Amino acid sequence: MNLKKQGFHSKFRAASDHLATGLAIAATLLVVAPLVAIFIYLIYKGASSLNLAFFTHVPKPVGEDGGGMANAIVGSGVLLGVASLLGIPVGIGGGIYLAEFGRGTKFANAVRFTADVLNGVPSIVMGIAVYSLIVVPQHHFSAFSGGVALGIMMIPTVTRTTEEMLLMVPNSVREAALGLGVPNWRSVLSITLKTASPGVITGCMLAFARVAGETAPLIFTAFGNQFWSASLNEPIAALPLQIYVYAISPYDEWHRLAWGGALVLIILIVFAVSLVRYVASRGILKGAS
Amino acid sequence: MVPLAETKIRRPEVAIELPALVVAEPSPDGVALPVPPAEASEIRRFLLARGNSALADKLFLAVMALCALSIFAIVVLIASQLVFSSQLSWHKFGLQFFYKFNVDPETKLPVFWDPVAGTFYALPFLYGTLVSSLVALVIAVPLAIGSAIFLTEMCPRFLRGPLAFVTELLAAIPSVVYGLWAVFVLVPLLREHINPVLMTIFNNSVTVKLFGWTGLVGNNGLFGGANYGLGMLAAGVILAVMILPIISSLTREVMSAVPHSQREAVLALGATRWEMIRMGVLRNARIGIVGSVILGLGRALGETMAVAMVIGNRPEIQKSLLSLGYSMASVIANEFSEASDNLYLSALIEIGLALFIVTIIVNALARILVWMVTRGVPARVN
Repeated sequence: MNLKKQGFHSKFRAASDHLATGLAIAATLLVVAPLVAIFIYLIYKGASSLNLAFFTHVPKPVGEDGGGMANAIVGSGVLLGVASLLGIPVGIGGGIYLAEFGRGTKFANAVRFTADVLNGVPSIVMGIAVYSLIVVPQHHFSAFSGGVALGIMMIPTVTRTTEEMLLMVPNSVREAALGLGVPNWRSVLSITLKTASPGVITGCMLAFARVAGETAPLIFTAFGNQFWSASLNEPIAALPLQIYVYAISPYDEWHRLAWGGALVLIILIVFAVSLVRYVASRGILKGAS
Repeated sequence: MVPLAETKIRRPEVAIELPALVVAEPSPDGVALPVPPAEASEIRRFLLARGNSALADKLFLAVMALCALSIFAIVVLIASQLVFSSQLSWHKFGLQFFYKFNVDPETKLPVFWDPVAGTFYALPFLYGTLVSSLVALVIAVPLAIGSAIFLTEMCPRFLRGPLAFVTELLAAIPSVVYGLWAVFVLVPLLREHINPVLMTIFNNSVTVKLFGWTGLVGNNGLFGGANYGLGMLAAGVILAVMILPIISSLTREVMSAVPHSQREAVLALGATRWEMIRMGVLRNARIGIVGSVILGLGRALGETMAVAMVIGNRPEIQKSLLSLGYSMASVIANEFSEASDNLYLSALIEIGLALFIVTIIVNALARILVWMVTRGVPARVN
């Protein structure tokens, strides 16, 4: 028996095993580190600039202290409202088609694939398309065009999550509804979709959280606004857009506001994502199947 | 929806006629007569009043199919709008748009992008996008795969959920917040601490003597020139942080799609855990991992705001990673709303069209690769 040689070999194998474990742990720590750094810095910088004025005032002109981002918060609300009105119904409809009518068909596979690919198209490209589709014919920037750009970005995400959630509904539920003589459309809307609704809602919130932080498509659609505006037909301020403008400006006061805005945005998004995760972890179909 | 309901789906009066419910009544002369349908049947009147669900179902199906079709419509719409609006630049420059440049007669330096003089060539943007994305991949891929290995194969159960949640959160942070953090934290950090270290490692006399022939070290190498903090390296690092979560989560997905029997088989042959991961897991999941890396590349190519804030915004091509550059997406974001004439606007839209085509191809490729692994075909060791 060649014990000595084997001993070296197995020591080498054990050492490389430990080395790989160590590297994997180090990699995980390095992945977590930027998140922790970003959050600590955001809270440290942002919390000091949040006050009542931040939520109630519009921005002051350059050189004056104070002011807030009230118009941007309202503007983001308007934009996201328009986006949800467009993106959520169409997205859910597409998801219903894929899960209930198009299972296994070539058309459905093509739609699914296109939705996944569309998810990866840069948001700035959506912005250009909406710009030449709506802004150019209208001859002015508008909240409506910004909302449409965001809504288009929601559609593929909502479609795919709705489909996945509907596929988890057991067939017996559908059969029970149809067996009672309920028309198919009614069964889909009131039984299948309702059973999957927690999952569908979380999918919508995920899409919502994703477009809530989008800046690029808004630069030349919603354009931004330093004053109050809630009209769909005029340029409107948005939180991410305002953060961008303030961040690249040379004024300390505006940097302060940018950090505050970023903190508000992050709190909203983290809240949405945590809610999604909480609902998902409870099992979307508990009690239904 | 209204015109559809009016034109196509009219209620056909004949088609819904139910088979007449015949209630035979012995007539005086002994012949059974069918009762006139309208008044005789309670059931039938009830059913007619309720309407016909077949029609509603068809309408419903049509509406849902329209929603699904809208996905194609969006792609067609984007493509047609981009092609249509970039005609001017396409006719003026043609394919030369992507590789040509003018030479400044005085300084003998190449001039790519000069809106005032009407010079629009996109080469520096292609270069900036490509280089910053490659830097991002070089940093992100080992980290993402390492963390995916840890999360799927080594992590104690109680840590798995929170760590996966943290990586998901990383994906949910908006681009502009990354940019903000990069401008105020990452760039000073690079300028004060990391870049000087890199410069001394790469530009000292020993490395230049040993590796000078590669052209990558020294003052004209990868880390030569002025140290602004901003630049390609900063863009690459922030892009790496941004694409980490997507690569990591997809890698985790394909790694957990590898059947347990593979792991058990390798372990049963006496392998250590690392050998099990290397032979049993990584080898089976490699196509999917490549797919997730390409997907990350797609994200990096199209990333706009964070890059625009740190890349330095200078349309030049330089070898050094510390020099200022420009990327396709960030030039659109920065200059679109101030583009004064039609040719300028059209050139920017043509850059957008190129970005659209490239990301579509990259994403489609990545999706196909990921799908090949996760579609449920049992993996094979080869």
